[in-house]
Amino acid sequence: MSTKIGDRVKRSEDKRFITGAGKYTDDIRQENQAYAAFVRSPYAHANVKGIDASAAEAMDGVIAVLNGAQLTGDGIGNIICGWAVSSKDGSPMNMGAWSALATEKVRYVGDAVAVVIAETDALARLGAEAVEVDYEELPTVVKADKALAEGAPQIHENAPGNQIFDWEIGDQAATDAALATAAHITEVDITNNRLSPNPMEPRAAIATYDAAEEHYTLYTTSQNPHVARLVLSAFYNVAPEHKLRVIAPDVGGGFGAKIYIYPEEITCLWASMKTNRSVKWTSDRSEAFMTDAHGRDHITNARMGFDADGKIVGFKVDTIANVGAYMSLFSSAVPTYLYGTLMSGQYDMPAIHCNVRTAYTNTVPVDAYRGAGRPEATYLIETMMERAAREMAMDPAELRRRNFIQSFPHQTPVILAYDAGDFPKILQMAQESADVAGFATRKAEAASRGMLRGLGYSTFIEACGLAPSAAAGSLGAGVGLWESAEVRMNPVGTIEVLTGSHSHGQGHETTFAQIVADRFDIPIENVKIVHGDTDKVQFGMGTYGSRSAPVGMSAVVKAMDKVEAKIKKIVAHVLEADEADLVIEGGAVSVAGTDKQMLWHEIGLAAYMAHNLPEGMEPGLKETAFFDPVNFSFPSGAFICEVEVDPETGTTEIVQFTSADDFGTIINPMIVEGQVHGGVAQGIGQALLEQVIYDDDGQLLTGSYMDYTMPRADDLPFFTIDHHATPSPNNPLGVKGCGEAGAIGAPPAVINAITDAIGAEGLAMPATPMNVWRAIQAAKSSIAAE
Amino acid sequence: MANINITVNGKSVSKDVEDNTLLVDFLREDLRLTGTHVGCDTSQCGACVVHVDGKAVKSCTTLAASLDGAVVTTVEGVANGELHPMQTAFNDNHGLQCGFCTPGMIMSGIDMVNRYKADGRELTADAIRHELEGNICRCTGYHNIVKSIQDAAAKM
Repeated sequence: MSTKIGDRVKRSEDKRFITGAGKYTDDIRQENQAYAAFVRSPYAHANVKGIDASAAEAMDGVIAVLNGAQLTGDGIGNIICGWAVSSKDGSPMNMGAWSALATEKVRYVGDAVAVVIAETDALARLGAEAVEVDYEELPTVVKADKALAEGAPQIHENAPGNQIFDWEIGDQAATDAALATAAHITEVDITNNRLSPNPMEPRAAIATYDAAEEHYTLYTTSQNPHVARLVLSAFYNVAPEHKLRVIAPDVGGGFGAKIYIYPEEITCLWASMKTNRSVKWTSDRSEAFMTDAHGRDHITNARMGFDADGKIVGFKVDTIANVGAYMSLFSSAVPTYLYGTLMSGQYDMPAIHCNVRTAYTNTVPVDAYRGAGRPEATYLIETMMERAAREMAMDPAELRRRNFIQSFPHQTPVILAYDAGDFPKILQMAQESADVAGFATRKAEAASRGMLRGLGYSTFIEACGLAPSAAAGSLGAGVGLWESAEVRMNPVGTIEVLTGSHSHGQGHETTFAQIVADRFDIPIENVKIVHGDTDKVQFGMGTYGSRSAPVGMSAVVKAMDKVEAKIKKIVAHVLEADEADLVIEGGAVSVAGTDKQMLWHEIGLAAYMAHNLPEGMEPGLKETAFFDPVNFSFPSGAFICEVEVDPETGTTEIVQFTSADDFGTIINPMIVEGQVHGGVAQGIGQALLEQVIYDDDGQLLTGSYMDYTMPRADDLPFFTIDHHATPSPNNPLGVKGCGEAGAIGAPPAVINAITDAIGAEGLAMPATPMNVWRAIQAAKSSIAAE
Repeated sequence: MANINITVNGKSVSKDVEDNTLLVDFLREDLRLTGTHVGCDTSQCGACVVHVDGKAVKSCTTLAASLDGAVVTTVEGVANGELHPMQTAFNDNHGLQCGFCTPGMIMSGIDMVNRYKADGRELTADAIRHELEGNICRCTGYHNIVKSIQDAAAKM
């Protein structure tokens, strides 16, 4: 079977997962292993007046009870935010301190104040229950708008009024002027519901301290082990990088939640040194709901102005974003540079202004969740487009077409310069796949059964392939966002690729091998992908923001360029041929037009034996490359959702979901389609089912799968997927990234479809049967009142 | 504390277990069969599904002490020299991504195919979706899991 770029190559990593031989962090057992359980605040906001650990310390099997004062006393640094975002007046963001173990104050339910290390997991949990903490309860605030209101409880001393920053992008004066001339203005007040990422593998960590070597090893559920090591070394002072190995073995999904370096990993490392034991912690699901960073949670007022022909003249957005109790790693960038910069969507907008205020609240930190800022922007733009179409009595597809950007490159008013795309084409493909022409007939047939059938669009764009380092740095990023790779050809001719990208479901062990097998025309089983271990892989920025293909694979291509150059020099030397005449084909490098060739293993042997290399050439055959993108990549797509709503119950069934995507070059369509399926499922989850709810006291009401509705198999349809590629001009493969598209584009398609079905504006996510039924009743009563 | 004699993946095991030891902990910690996973604490996600006396059960809500004399099969035990058709189908149809829910999906999938075949009922896509109500996947959107089970059902 062919294993070229574009082939549906089956995944090589599957065998260990389908046989139960996967090796996830919780599957690992270290010698001399003890267990950690955290003492967590039951209050959302309280002063910590004292901690009495004596009863716990006296329990059999309890090894130690450690607290925040000890942690701080040992020089463990506060948890950082990786992106400095300033207010529009130039003032820096008001960031409050976040210690891995809280000392004087707790700020959300689940904030850890101490850790119990014990011989077993059960004993550690019993010990944690026995720790007496004297809390002095404080007033709480959980909603971002209320946190910014006068008289709200003050959460961090150095964030007056709980505001972290007041940021803007675009041109306010030009936008106001444009809106003043508009023939029609569509205005919405919209909420983007708060979500919990919920990778199926809960977070876990095992830390081991080797006192003789003064060296730490951390197994952890990370999307970016090198970033974890960097931050643990440079900011948390656990150990210098050469004394700290971080391994992210098989990781069971991430979706953003496993980017960050959480208090638990820091504490396990520190505790392993304090107790001279390996310290293991595995989150249970309740703990995950309470402590994994959440996503979304925006409140927005927006106005979009149109001229008499339906052309957008200006777009003004005012958003309040909930950041939670502390600023997590990307928490400042998600509602700003990953949100405001996307406000142009697929449309030619002459003027945009987006203002974002971020607020501390007494909830768990909010950070990147699949899509991260881009779903919030897309939901806003795409529900507004459809509402505007209804208000102006236009076909929603036609309104989009009139506003599509048609030529590239295209400079938007909000920093981003789109490089390639064909928006009319992908919309047309989606319309044909979804048989939009036949919708009226289907709607009439549904009506004959008493059902309301609706159709909704979402035409979206995302900025992926994070990110050009210098550009990101100029916007406040604390790291470079390149990727690195090493390509090693072994003496026997097999190839190992060491990549800083991390696979936790994406199938890199297959797709990265595919680009090597394609380039060198060798069997894919002779290629191995190595990732996830800081002792093996030179460096890496990890996997998030749909960056593994556009950035990670590009680094591999650069390293292959170097390997190929050396191979050609060796072969030309040995065969006494001209490099320009060499062709790589069929597991050999041949001199074109002759029968002279070197087989792949002969080249490997020649490089390592070094008996006959060109003058001055170093032996060996391995090359490292770093790839720093020159621009973001811009995947785009058109989704069409068709629903049937039962007006008696408000229940929505998604009867058809159609996607036409432009991901640029596709390495493996099977895997890309799988990414779209999963992303769309999460988007449908946000639209129909999922919502994190805190009560006014900051108690988490959706703390388990009994309360937080995860999409299940019978909530979802089969998906229809089509692709059209306009290759990205900014990386060697022309790839754009596909991991987030579904989660970004799906929610507005679903909500637009339900709105079309029920004929009522203002439906909020999640569109539960109760919300939909209420919207239907509200529309009925407003009609009756008229 | 109870002594249990059970058969796990064809091997006889005799062990003392605490009265409150869950089957999943017995499998993972005592027998080091770590293919069976724990994804929640409310018996919802199904990552822990194993077969007890040929029927799918959630090992996170089964006490090991209650299983004296039982025959337990985990994902490590379904291949018989070669992969089980359900395992092959998940690979053929890209029915897994991160792999964490996969052992439970495979064990539930085998169970539902067996039950429907025994009853002479057709296992339709809708039926598979309904049967999977106790198995949560966050990666695949279930599309290819349903296809995998359909494919395996045709071959089992």
